[in-house]
Amino acid sequence: MKELKIQPIKNGSVIDHIPPGKALKVLRILSLPKKDTTSIISAVMNVPSETVGKKDIVKIEDKELDPDESDKVALIAPHATVNIIRDYEVIEKHALSIPNELVNIVKCPNPSCISNSNEPISPRFKVISKRPPIKLRCYYCEREPADIEAQII
Amino acid sequence: MLKDFNKECPTVNDIASKKGPVDQWQIAAFARRRPRVQIPTGPHLFCIVFPREGKRKDINTLFAFRNSMNLINKDVVSIKDFSNKEIGHVLNVAEKMIPVAQGAKKSEMLKGKLLANLFFEPSTRTRLSFETAMKRLGGKVIGFDSSKGTSIEKGENIADTVRVVSGYSDLIVIRHPYEGSARLAAEFSKVPIINAGDGAGRHPTQCLLDLFTIRKEKGAIENQHVGLLGDLKYGRTTHSLASVLARMGAKLTCIAPQELQLPKEIIEECQERGTEPKLMNRLEDEIKNLDVLYVTRIQKERFPDPAEYKRIMSYYRIDKEVLGRGKKDLIVMHPLPRITEIASEVDSLPQAVYFKQAFNGVPVRMALLALILGGIK
Ligand SMILES: Nc1ncnc2c1ncn2[C@@H]1O[C@H](COP(=O)(O)OP(=O)(O)OP(=O)(O)O)[C@@H](O)[C@H]1O
Ligand SMILES: [Mg+2]
Ligand SMILES: [Zn+2]
Repeated sequence: MKELKIQPIKNGSVIDHIPPGKALKVLRILSLPKKDTTSIISAVMNVPSETVGKKDIVKIEDKELDPDESDKVALIAPHATVNIIRDYEVIEKHALSIPNELVNIVKCPNPSCISNSNEPISPRFKVISKRPPIKLRCYYCEREPADIEAQII
Repeated sequence: MLKDFNKECPTVNDIASKKGPVDQWQIAAFARRRPRVQIPTGPHLFCIVFPREGKRKDINTLFAFRNSMNLINKDVVSIKDFSNKEIGHVLNVAEKMIPVAQGAKKSEMLKGKLLANLFFEPSTRTRLSFETAMKRLGGKVIGFDSSKGTSIEKGENIADTVRVVSGYSDLIVIRHPYEGSARLAAEFSKVPIINAGDGAGRHPTQCLLDLFTIRKEKGAIENQHVGLLGDLKYGRTTHSLASVLARMGAKLTCIAPQELQLPKEIIEECQERGTEPKLMNRLEDEIKNLDVLYVTRIQKERFPDPAEYKRIMSYYRIDKEVLGRGKKDLIVMHPLPRITEIASEVDSLPQAVYFKQAFNGVPVRMALLALILGGIK
């Protein structure tokens, strides 16, 4: 095994190639750590990388991220990869792709949008451009938020 | 083995709008993303179980999508929910509805059907037009106008109101000041929803009646040179109209003061649909080329300086003299009510079609009601 800047983990997930400084945001998007788990999470920031200059890495022990769940990370880290680790080995690796629809991940910045009222619905967006700059359209009011990162719930 | 999680997952609409058999992987990808959705039963046959209760409608809508001429149970939230072919079909049916709309022919097509008008914001014109359309086809109408005195004032939300009313009626027409309210209503209703204005400027039946008027007066929409005049920036109804005209092959010229010109996104939308809108500040330079002049209101509130407003208005006022410079068969449209943007001397000219346009709201809405409620195929 090559030299790791971070302690190897036995089982779990590693999110690699996160833009520098965004590791904590990634955790926030994934709502990690969850209250009721003992899974150890570590974030390593500003790691030199041969391909992208610098990057952040997030390690989540004993939890294999479900691609459905991790896809939303692509909103802020389009080039991130998720590695599933079992018995210290990478057994699965996938690039993230933004889903076609985002539910409860981004809220609508439009104050007169019905999704910001007392209706029993979740904010919902259609992804109309997956390539940067990422473009989302509110399912309800059809407006496109200019600053997506600021609207992440 | 690495799993391939990077294949794009289709949405219901992707599957629904795809003609012919749906790829097995598409269905699988779709099902994988939504555990509560079950699918594959062969290449042509598939069934979707939606998470929300009472959504048989969605299954019907899905098949309605796949068979594009079947509009039964379709929600009409945005004109973007209609293909060009579907628009053409609605307009054809509307044509046949004219004698019934005029009262010259009787119809019982929608006998026994009940329409609920939920107007959380007053709009006499649109509400009466729906009511007329339904009653001319033998149906009945219930409803309220403005949220004063209704349970909404007591804090009931739209979702609950719609759930309750969709148990009483066969179709709901809704107007609400919140943007996206009609989309929400469609989500909670067991019966089809027609958006009669949802604060976002989406007003698909207005759009259809505008298209109907152009087609009826000019014989076609394709290749007609349409001038949109007035407040093109804030008037979001005009945005939908511009975009649908673009995809139906009309030529567009946008005439507005610099500060009220069509927004960049809408211009791009038109370009994507194959039409390059021409932008102008003054009508006089362009009127001679137009087949249709669509006038919209310029609101006083947009101009902090009353003198500036007056000056602007003088450029955009339509009168006999201005029309004298246009083609003989130019038509002038306006969504009404108008204030001073069209002089009353124009009303008696053959070019003035705005009152006919308002009447066309009835046959167009009749066509939609008949198609959605299954009175006609
Ligand atoms: N057991 C482990 N514990 C913690 N992190 C690990 C473990 N194994 C691998 N990693 C980390 O997971 C990431 C992917 O590992 P891999 O060995 O596939 O590297 P790579 O060949 O550089 O992959 P890539 O092409 O995605 O950069 C790296 O950041 C690596 O440090
Ligand atoms: Mg690497
Ligand atoms: Zn919105």
